[in-house]
Amino acid sequence: MANAAVATAGAPARPVRYGSMSQSRRWALRWSYFFLVLFAIFFLMPPFYMLVTALKSKEEIAAITNPWWVSSPTLSNFIELLTQNQYLIFFRNSALVSICVVVVTMLISVIAAFSLARMKFWGSAALATGVFLTYLIPDTLLFIPLFKMMTFVRELTGIELVNHWWTLCIIYPTLTVPFCTWIMIGYFASIPKELDEAALIDGATWMQTLTKIFIPVALPGIIAATIFCFTVSWAQFLYPLAFTTSTTELVLPVGIVTTLIKGDVFNWGQIMAGALLGAAPPLIIYAFLMDYYIAGLTAGATKG
Amino acid sequence: MADITAQNSAVATRAGRSSLHKLVQRKSTIAFLMALPLILLITILVAYPAGYAVWLSMLNKSMTRFVGFGNFQFLFKRDTFWEVVAQSCLFALTAVLFKAMIGFVVAHFVNNIPTKGQRKWRGMLLVPWVIPAAMSTLSWLWLFDPSYSAFNWIFAHIGLPKISWLGEAGWARFSVILVNVWAGAPFFLIMYLAALKSVPEQLYEAASIDGATWWQRIWYVTLPMMRNIISITILFSTIVTFANFDIVRVLTAGGPLTATHIFGTWAFKVGIESGDIPLGATVSLFMVPILAVAAVFILRDISKRGSEV
Repeated sequence: MANAAVATAGAPARPVRYGSMSQSRRWALRWSYFFLVLFAIFFLMPPFYMLVTALKSKEEIAAITNPWWVSSPTLSNFIELLTQNQYLIFFRNSALVSICVVVVTMLISVIAAFSLARMKFWGSAALATGVFLTYLIPDTLLFIPLFKMMTFVRELTGIELVNHWWTLCIIYPTLTVPFCTWIMIGYFASIPKELDEAALIDGATWMQTLTKIFIPVALPGIIAATIFCFTVSWAQFLYPLAFTTSTTELVLPVGIVTTLIKGDVFNWGQIMAGALLGAAPPLIIYAFLMDYYIAGLTAGATKG
Repeated sequence: MADITAQNSAVATRAGRSSLHKLVQRKSTIAFLMALPLILLITILVAYPAGYAVWLSMLNKSMTRFVGFGNFQFLFKRDTFWEVVAQSCLFALTAVLFKAMIGFVVAHFVNNIPTKGQRKWRGMLLVPWVIPAAMSTLSWLWLFDPSYSAFNWIFAHIGLPKISWLGEAGWARFSVILVNVWAGAPFFLIMYLAALKSVPEQLYEAASIDGATWWQRIWYVTLPMMRNIISITILFSTIVTFANFDIVRVLTAGGPLTATHIFGTWAFKVGIESGDIPLGATVSLFMVPILAVAAVFILRDISKRGSEV
């Protein structure tokens, strides 16, 4: 680490005396902190500005005072939002969709990952690669054919899929299942084989091996995958924008963008309060489970 | 593979040949059934729509007639299309480059400070990644507001002219890239920080004994050691940035005129908002070559990594 510190500061390569070494290290440390503060300001400025605006009254926003500070903070924006039925419906829809997607995804991907990592069948290796490739197919490529497929379903069965929040529970797993399966394969593959061999010899069925051994041992991986799954479904923007329109069916991100921005009248205090509340669930999860969150983030590219 | 043969031989000694055969068959059947929901999901909701997009792109607007490559020919003749291609490339390449550079530099700064404080800094710097992109872009939209822009307020105080952030084509292009870099750089930071920690300390010691300068140390030690992670992260990010939708949609919706449209937002505009589904599908298909190239490289890297272990 010390070497890296010297490296960034551009200090002399070969420390001649011990004193100069520690001094250059001190300077490297100071510069590091200086730049870290600059970058932290850059990275945290929008959320901070969100909070400041959310605490302002309409009058204070309209009067062009210092935009970076709030002189008379008020909670009226939050109160107005939370007493509005509409916003609460968005929140409920988002929560229901996300929870639903998490449950479906984890059921599908944990079982499939177990089968792909341990049991293996004809074509299972190809399938594992296929799962990974699926993860690379973006939503912007799929939303138009999916939209068209929904009209097909309506013509064939009479079930209306467009403009219902529960449709999203069917669509979102396409984003979450491939990634979760992929990282669960990685976690399961790292479990020593002796463990499940011992269980099988003791007469455990495959299902028992999965629930009694693999799930408890790979629990950190499962938590990381669950967090990933939740944040992805909470933040998804394109599918709900394309597939839902009426205000009772919208989820939070789309609801805020489409209903709080009314024509040219921007009620910025409320928009920022709404966005802040909408960002709160992922932020809270992140604050409490940061290590799992980061494990999930890095697992996608490092496991395999 | 090894575990299966091990189990099989264990069972074989106990139960004999014929039942072993049955067991193997049953095991693979169970395995297949366990993976079946995954297979169904991928075929029905990913593979089929992807193929269907190709079919859609060959139909006319009302989807009644097969027109072959008519939609492609139509797009090639439109200036807007080439503008979208150019903007998509500019957007993705610039954004990925800056994300990677900022991530690399900041990862070094975080790695420099005492281990105790690293967690706190890392936690703070990852916040842009955690906030849903649509939400954080709203706050950028407000920061760029034509009449109340908080940046212009600062500029006015230090005597700089007002900038129409989202109103002028050039500045609007800059703004969408800036927001994308802001939202994506923390991901690079986390990946590179993890990679930096895995570089053995002895290598740096050996390098400094050999009289390497700080630049040589980065070039000959850090970069080769992080090569794999750097390439995979960049490829991943290229895919995600090319396929971006949220940020451009919320910030400019492609405007002014069509200056900031990228494939995703233009496909949405054409396919869903203007109702020309085949043309929208055609537009989104233009992402495939880039995605395919990136995917091939990622797969190669990952299989290489697999064979190394």
